[in-house]
Amino acid sequence: MSLKTFSRGGVHPPEHKLSSGKAIEELPPPEVVVIPVSQHLGAPAKVLVDRGDEVRIGQLIAQAEGFVSTNIHSSVSGKVLKVDRFMDSSGYRKMAVQIQVEGERWEEDIDRTDDLVRNTVLKSEDIRKKILEAGIVGLGGATFPTHVKLMIPKGKTAEYLIINGVECEPFLTADHALMMEKTEEVFAGIQVLMKGLGVEKAIVGIENNKPDAIEKMKELAQGGPVKVQGLKVKYPQGGEKQLVQALLKREVPSGGLPIDVGVVVFNVGTAYAAYEAVNKNRPLIDRVVTVTGLSLEKPSNFRVRIGTPVSYLVDKAGGMPGDTAKVVNGGPMMGKALSTLDVPVVKGSSGILLIREDEARRKEMQVCIRCTKCVRVCPMGLEPYLMMNLSEKSLFERMESERVLDCIECGSCSYTCPSSRPLLDYIRLGKAEVGKIKRARKAV
Amino acid sequence: MNKLVVSPSPHAYTSESVPKLMYGVVISLLPALAVSVWFFGIGMIVVTSVSVASCILFEYLIQRYVIQTKPTHLDGSALLTGLLLAFCLPANLPFWMVMIGALAAVGIGKMTFGGLGNNIFNPALVGRVFLFISFPVAMTAWPEPGQWMQYTDAVTGATPLGILKEGLAFKTVGEIMPEVPSFLHLLTGKMMGSAGEVSALALLAGMVYMMYRKIITWHIPVSILLTVFVFTGVLWLANPDRFADPLFHLLTGGLMLGGIYMATDYVTSPMTGKGMIIYGVGIGVVTVLIRVFGAYPEGVQFAILIFNGFTPLINKFVKPGRFGKEVRRG
Repeated sequence: MSLKTFSRGGVHPPEHKLSSGKAIEELPPPEVVVIPVSQHLGAPAKVLVDRGDEVRIGQLIAQAEGFVSTNIHSSVSGKVLKVDRFMDSSGYRKMAVQIQVEGERWEEDIDRTDDLVRNTVLKSEDIRKKILEAGIVGLGGATFPTHVKLMIPKGKTAEYLIINGVECEPFLTADHALMMEKTEEVFAGIQVLMKGLGVEKAIVGIENNKPDAIEKMKELAQGGPVKVQGLKVKYPQGGEKQLVQALLKREVPSGGLPIDVGVVVFNVGTAYAAYEAVNKNRPLIDRVVTVTGLSLEKPSNFRVRIGTPVSYLVDKAGGMPGDTAKVVNGGPMMGKALSTLDVPVVKGSSGILLIREDEARRKEMQVCIRCTKCVRVCPMGLEPYLMMNLSEKSLFERMESERVLDCIECGSCSYTCPSSRPLLDYIRLGKAEVGKIKRARKAV
Repeated sequence: MNKLVVSPSPHAYTSESVPKLMYGVVISLLPALAVSVWFFGIGMIVVTSVSVASCILFEYLIQRYVIQTKPTHLDGSALLTGLLLAFCLPANLPFWMVMIGALAAVGIGKMTFGGLGNNIFNPALVGRVFLFISFPVAMTAWPEPGQWMQYTDAVTGATPLGILKEGLAFKTVGEIMPEVPSFLHLLTGKMMGSAGEVSALALLAGMVYMMYRKIITWHIPVSILLTVFVFTGVLWLANPDRFADPLFHLLTGGLMLGGIYMATDYVTSPMTGKGMIIYGVGIGVVTVLIRVFGAYPEGVQFAILIFNGFTPLINKFVKPGRFGKEVRRG
């Protein structure tokens, strides 16, 4: 079988899947959780609880405000200590609910058994409603509210559901572990999402460095409407546009969404969460997080409650090694560096990566020798070296016409630059400035 | 707790660096260097050593005392310029001329534009053309291969392309061909020519290595060699008495060295695959035009310098294939 992949650019950083093959370990809740009310793209949810309130596991504690927003549930039972601003992984203080954990009291209508529920009784409309109620967002990291993506805009039709099991970021193995251990549930989740979208066809894309997952998923897929496709290992294949192109040879137009070519993409984690929400009535209160790093004693895949401090996860994985100089929320290519471990795990946290002193710092920038590597690796067909030049000279309108807004910030250019030039930093600056220019233009 | 490093993504970086790339090219030049030392002996060793040492020294001196910046003379690029300059000089060139060439290459070709990354023209070729214009006699006296211990006193002769150009005035190609080295010698490099340009085989091996290491892509060398092959092939088919066969053109002169090493110089060649092909075809066409219809027997150096000049223009107008159609939105 020939392996598919996307056609333009891409890099292949060392994979370092240290926690690959490690079973998902369920972590007990910590003593205190901090649950931000803005863990998704869109408007923050409105807090429903107050200091001193008793909450149960799965209880709604903040409600979606507006269409692009979603619900937030308590991941533990106990007493609300504070509703205040707490630092989250962005480094900013944002509204969150702090809860003292007491006991293990669940909301009663949640099905907590391990029984597999294959059939979805709900109709497509009710599935969307259920998914909003359960606070499901894209668990690949973008955290876009799932119920919004299930609404097909007028004039568009969805033909395919694509399930992203690529996990192209080095180090991360959470999706891999989920596909191996919860294969049936992920499949049931795919059925839920297909029904929610009203599509007949689904494709699961998995990179070839997870042959066991490909095989296991293929077994289940046999004879059904879901196709499982192995993909050649290449970063950033998990990028929505790249994945759609790799699987269907369709190119999402500039500034467009996959639905423009008849596709909706969800992560395998999202499919699993959709299964739990719709078939088990369980809101999104925990997720699988990879905790990893080259010096870490016990790289692991943990199932953790939302709101658990990152420091707790690191302790459970053997403690922070002495040579750790950087902690990244996510993978090494697109993750965000944390300034402190005292921030909560949120819906979008797919991994915690500890980077050693020798790899934590950037090398000194050298001159551009026009080696063309950045142009060759850009998956969007842009010219990062030129973007950086333009950005340095504040030529933002030129950047706009060079299609800087197409940049998906995958970091392949900065990764590959032999002169260690901070290409993506300058591109981000340019994107922000072009955004301002466009808004100003609209205002006129 | 100790402070954590915070920086924007990505947090992983390639192990590739400018010196590694430069030394990669140097490694790929070793087979050709070995062959040239075998054929030209002590002359090749002197010219190469003087050229490399002078380029590094001049880069250091200019950066240290003229521009007054931190010297980068050991990043491998000056070494490479020195090697490539030596490769395109006759192996019997007096050492002081080599030094002047090195000064022109580094001083005029590279440093006046602001150093590595900013020069428009290939520094080694600037040095070569400077010498070619300044010392036309010394620059066109080519030592015969096999004189190990001779340097400036080596017996000299004409290059195959020179023999062809001279001969065509009163002879047909068929009559000239017995005077030039055999196909096998053209391939291995046992002929007269610039010190490092003679062995097509060794240079091709270097090209394969550079492609394997992903230092260069196929676009530039393949489009140049193919263009020369096709263009001279058409001429040869049209009139085999007037025009030499395409294989002869491929294996003689500076085509291999120029097409594989000079034209692929990062700084002075286009940024996109499409641009590289336009550039390569252009170099191929101009090379053949000069060789066949011009006054000089060889034209690669001028062709490359001309298209070095076109490179910024090519970069401006030839863009990589973008992902996704552009859609006008209200």
